[in-house]
Amino acid sequence: MAYIVDRRLNSKNKSLVNRERFLKRYQKQIRRAVSDAVSRRTITDMEQGESITIPRRDISEPGFHHGQGGKRDIVHPGNKEFVTGERIPRPPNGGGGGSGSGKASGDGEGMEDFVFQISQEEFLEYLFEDLALPNMVKRQLLSTDSFEYHRAGVSEVGNPAQINVMRSMRSAQGRRIALRGKERRRRREILAALEALNQGVDSPDIAEQRALLKAELTQLNVKIHAIPWLDDFDLKYNLKVKIPKPSPKAVMFCVMDVSGSMTQDIKDTAKRFFFLLYLFLKKNYEKIEVVFIRHHTQAQEVDENTFFYARETGGTVVSSALHLMGDIIEERYSPSQWNIYVAQASDGDNWHEDNQRCHDALINTVLPFVQYYTYIEIGDRDPQGLWYLYEHLQRDFLDRFAIQRVRNNAEIYPVFRELFKRHAGGEVN
Amino acid sequence: MSEHDAEKRYISTSSEWTFETIEAYEREIARIARDKFKLDTYPNQIEMIRSDQMMDAYASIGMPVFYSHWSYGKHFVHVEQNYSRGRMGLAYEIVINSNPCIAYLMEENTMTMQVLVIAHACYGHNSFFKGNYLFRTWTDAEAIIDYLLFAKKYISQCEERYGVEQVEMLLDSCHALKDYGVDRYKRPAPISAAEEQNRQKERELYIQQHLNDLWRTLPHRGRERDEDKVARHFPADPQENLLYFIEKNSPSLETWQREIIRIVRKVSQYFYPQRQTQVMNEGWATFWHYTILNEMYDEGLVNEGFMLEFLSSHTSVVMQPGFDSPYYSGINPYALGFAMMSDIKRICEHPTAEDKQWFPDIAGSDWLTTLDQVMRNYRDESFILQFLSPKVIRDFHFFALEDDDRKNTIDVTAIHNDEGYRRVREKLSQQYNLSQQEPDIQIYNVNVRGDRSLTLQHVLNERRPLSGEVNEMLRHVYRLWGYDVHLHSVETEGRTVRSYHLVSEFQH
Repeated sequence: MAYIVDRRLNSKNKSLVNRERFLKRYQKQIRRAVSDAVSRRTITDMEQGESITIPRRDISEPGFHHGQGGKRDIVHPGNKEFVTGERIPRPPNGGGGGSGSGKASGDGEGMEDFVFQISQEEFLEYLFEDLALPNMVKRQLLSTDSFEYHRAGVSEVGNPAQINVMRSMRSAQGRRIALRGKERRRRREILAALEALNQGVDSPDIAEQRALLKAELTQLNVKIHAIPWLDDFDLKYNLKVKIPKPSPKAVMFCVMDVSGSMTQDIKDTAKRFFFLLYLFLKKNYEKIEVVFIRHHTQAQEVDENTFFYARETGGTVVSSALHLMGDIIEERYSPSQWNIYVAQASDGDNWHEDNQRCHDALINTVLPFVQYYTYIEIGDRDPQGLWYLYEHLQRDFLDRFAIQRVRNNAEIYPVFRELFKRHAGGEVN
Repeated sequence: MSEHDAEKRYISTSSEWTFETIEAYEREIARIARDKFKLDTYPNQIEMIRSDQMMDAYASIGMPVFYSHWSYGKHFVHVEQNYSRGRMGLAYEIVINSNPCIAYLMEENTMTMQVLVIAHACYGHNSFFKGNYLFRTWTDAEAIIDYLLFAKKYISQCEERYGVEQVEMLLDSCHALKDYGVDRYKRPAPISAAEEQNRQKERELYIQQHLNDLWRTLPHRGRERDEDKVARHFPADPQENLLYFIEKNSPSLETWQREIIRIVRKVSQYFYPQRQTQVMNEGWATFWHYTILNEMYDEGLVNEGFMLEFLSSHTSVVMQPGFDSPYYSGINPYALGFAMMSDIKRICEHPTAEDKQWFPDIAGSDWLTTLDQVMRNYRDESFILQFLSPKVIRDFHFFALEDDDRKNTIDVTAIHNDEGYRRVREKLSQQYNLSQQEPDIQIYNVNVRGDRSLTLQHVLNERRPLSGEVNEMLRHVYRLWGYDVHLHSVETEGRTVRSYHLVSEFQH
């Protein structure tokens, strides 16, 4: 008399709401863990989930309980050598320890930290929480590789899965009414006539008339029944058309100084910054291209590996990189089709005479076309020449130019947050 | 196989289960339980679920529908973490005290485990739910699912109207006090979702009326003087049900807040019998899965392989590590309960001289009737006090310790010998007495005519103080009450040992 029910296909994730509420309640701790993780992790595992540790004290649900002290009796199993009246010296830390008053061991367990995992998606969610890309998707364009299907009325052709039942039936009904109308009217007339004949007196003339009418009636019935209830050309299909979907595209320029003064440490910090920006863009754009430009006195476009690991020496001419970037934008990334982001990292050194050229290059060939330009100066020295130049420029391009100083890895994430902080009402679109 | 050599007719021999074999086993178990062992149960509803659904069920304290709260999310995250790391297994089953009795079985279980679980949950726990006096008196198996549905809907409506955060804060405070939201001695009115909804409006009016009366600030002329002579003490007697008192009398709550307190209170009341019958309930269910499966083997329904798997699992369930084992985490209710239930059967069937001296009433009686009576009329505390036999004490090597903070040593007061049996039994029984384990805190006074402050009284038990959480707890009481809260720890003879206060900063 038992009912056996298979619930295995029922919805899962019934606890999702509870889990979300839990995460929300402890978001401060989670944010801190995420932020720590960013400075601790190597770049290759930046994207993974993270295990979050919350002190048990913070997370406990309180209740009225007995504390230490007073007198209590405890019964334990497994006596081996104790006899009645034996006195066991109290273990050093309160009542816990070997003889294990149940309460104390319970407390001991209670102080363990509460550890749980968040997924990669959640990690990124927290990582970029409350951040926004300025001027995002100012331009959209139709790309060739993504489509959306839109309904576009009704068609005479199509596949059976797309039949529009309502329209098909309506069309069939119309056709039936149109094709049978005349016959049906005639049939009604005949039936009325026959009725009239039946009322009158019988005569051979009338009998003949009746036979004629009956023959015609049979013919009409055949005609009427020959008209199909649903015909091929009644069928109507829902029409769907492919419409190219606007897919926002972005290109990210990584510009880094590789002159002699840039140590491996500084480069590593820069790399973290570039990577964070890359992850952030990836979250916002479907398609991203990355261009690496390194420079000392001359600028080169290189691949990722060379960019981060090859060593160069020499002086520093920043304008060379800016000119190269201007050329690349003109050549391959038309500003009308691409959202352009630039991240520049440097220790701030520049050849003094180059500053004016940098200024001109930025104003004429770069800044007018980019969505956002970020510059970080790495190192704990006083601001260098480039910084003063950029600081000056920033005032004219407040909406798209941001500069920050970073001393070490631990500062990268806070600085990143500062750069992309969501401005109240400052978002375009 | 006994000498009768019953005809062997195995139901199945594979370790994989199918719905057909489960049905076949269930029919046999039902027949044995009902006809042979006279177990009276609610109808069963067996639900097959996946392990992740089991984790969901865990998180909502086993109930199929439950309102949302972050603490269940925390529980879920914890279980999920430990399970996916292989640090813990999930229970094979969850069973709900409802009519029909719902049991969740995990699809990962083998055939043998499914059979064990059906015998354990659908016939063991189920008959306990239906028969034990605590469950009969305090819980309403017919109505619980409907009521939870009502509660879930009501709380989510409140979330929509007053904000998730408001509701969450309220629930936090209610949950903190949930152990103090039960009536220990007064039988609660049965719950019913339909009635609940109908009466909600009525209650609103009534409470408001009642509150106005209590908190009236305009004095009645004439009568006032007489009242003043008798210092008004409210409540007249101390109140043990903190949540009930707050729900009915708090001067600062909105109607929906009172309703939510009521929901937490009702749920807490529903679980109260389970907290008082852990050893008995698990012991009873374990005893019956053991007995029923052995009977199936004797009837030739299952083979040796089945029995070996079953016994291996059964043995680990009833294992009791000693106090000095690294695996020791208190007394295993399955072990103690099973040992005691089996022991009662032994006393009935093969009493020794010792048993006849200790249990003259049941020694030699019909074991089925005796066990049935035991199951119906006891809870852990009284069960142990009545039926813990010297043999079980010897088997477990129980010993009693006295830990008094005024002494430098912890004293062994009794072990498993003639002088010690009674003391061990009495002390162990007290260990399952909830009123011993929980601090005795009651509502003592409300300053009705003055600052509206609420005074709680904690009567010390063996000088045991309150734990450090007490200050946080006062904040929760304060949130519900809305005015100053005082808590006094007093000795039994009335001397106040320590006081805690939560005084609003804005008032003075």
